[in-house]
Amino acid sequence: MLKDREFYWRRLHSLLGLIPVGLFVTVHLLINYSATNGEAAFNKASATMESLPFLPIVEWVVIYIPLMFHAFYGVYIAFTAKPNLNRFGTTRNWFFVLQRVTGIFLVIFIAWHIFQTRLQKTINGAEIDYNLMADVVSNPGMLIFYIVGIIAATFHLSNGIWSFLVSWGLIQSPKSQKVTTYITMIFFVLLSVVGVMAILAFA
Amino acid sequence: MAEQKMLDVEVQRQDSADSQPYWEKFKVPYRPNMNVISVLMAIRENPVTADGKKTTPVTWDMNCLEEVCGACSMVINGRPRQSCSALVDKLPQPLKLQPMSTFPVIRDLQIDRSRMFDSLKKVKAWIPIDGSYDLGEGPRMPERKREWAYELSKCMTCGVCLESCPNVNSHSSFMGPAPLSQVRLFNAHPTGAMNKDERLNAIMGDGGLANCGNSQNCVVACPKGIPLTTSIASLNRSATVQMFRNFFGSDHMVD
Repeated sequence: MLKDREFYWRRLHSLLGLIPVGLFVTVHLLINYSATNGEAAFNKASATMESLPFLPIVEWVVIYIPLMFHAFYGVYIAFTAKPNLNRFGTTRNWFFVLQRVTGIFLVIFIAWHIFQTRLQKTINGAEIDYNLMADVVSNPGMLIFYIVGIIAATFHLSNGIWSFLVSWGLIQSPKSQKVTTYITMIFFVLLSVVGVMAILAFA
Repeated sequence: MAEQKMLDVEVQRQDSADSQPYWEKFKVPYRPNMNVISVLMAIRENPVTADGKKTTPVTWDMNCLEEVCGACSMVINGRPRQSCSALVDKLPQPLKLQPMSTFPVIRDLQIDRSRMFDSLKKVKAWIPIDGSYDLGEGPRMPERKREWAYELSKCMTCGVCLESCPNVNSHSSFMGPAPLSQVRLFNAHPTGAMNKDERLNAIMGDGGLANCGNSQNCVVACPKGIPLTTSIASLNRSATVQMFRNFFGSDHMVD
């Protein structure tokens, strides 16, 4: 079943990585960036998100279910590969390996991140605000873990956009694939700057 | 007379399909313009290791000796390629020869490439032209398209692209780039296109197109310079259309 229908599962995996997961990550980092304008600005932006109607449904449908499918099926994909960078040290082969390494790291990072933030509200009734994150990143080790996590996520998303465009057949010629690599890497740098500046605003 | 120059050669050997591989070192008398096949022939002539121990001759496959059959493919100094066109003068020493172990090893450097031939059957990599009556001539192929398709037809099913692909391995059923590119070739043919939905549906099954992870090693490794990654991207596009046609229905499955 899983193998016979794997074409559809892989296409779904590719699509969900972009919509909604990738879109959510981008919005998430942009909202976090409001922390660079101070505690009050972040709390306001975060409260706006929390005031969305049907929030639990939105969270499950837009975030948890697609994210879990993308994560668990992605781990399966990653472990079916046998990397061979020693034989082929090309950019694409590096990105192939990095996509899988960042993916596996992100499963760990995101699980921990959800536990440390969203689940604290469910378990301990903690308020999810500026102070919660400030407490988390007051530990320098945790700050580094978060910075690595953010950069892993922005790379995985940016290279994932490229893979999506190839997997769905939008970019076919080597030239279009090359140009798209540059565009997605510019996106990677820009989104990383946003993400890292946001986390540093809590430190 | 000048002293005979000797080549250092290391061969990864394996006595049977199930036994453990091991390395043997050889010293081979150098001759100008040697290729890897002639090195192996020299070992066959005098199967003695570098330490002077008598051993069995190394087994390998070969046929055309001009890089069109693909039979003599092996991993030479870490890169999969044909041993006939691998010239010793252009390779650093010691020469390291290994079988393309993505495939089941039969003995030494000899491998079983059946999985590729099975994949070609699975994806219907041919053009059906037989009928119970004379079907007449097929549609004409534009000359510029023929020239373009000729590049794809250069595939000799050597297996180098499968060996270089990180997603073709023992944990995966991925058929690899070569059979996929053949689907593009036969679907581009005016008569072949009459069965293009069958080929696309075949590569949308187990071990098919979706297993490509875009490491793009295949296109770098292909000895025939076949645009394999372009073929895969092209098939991705055709498969996207086919997927929607299958679900929503279409009167244009073959045109």
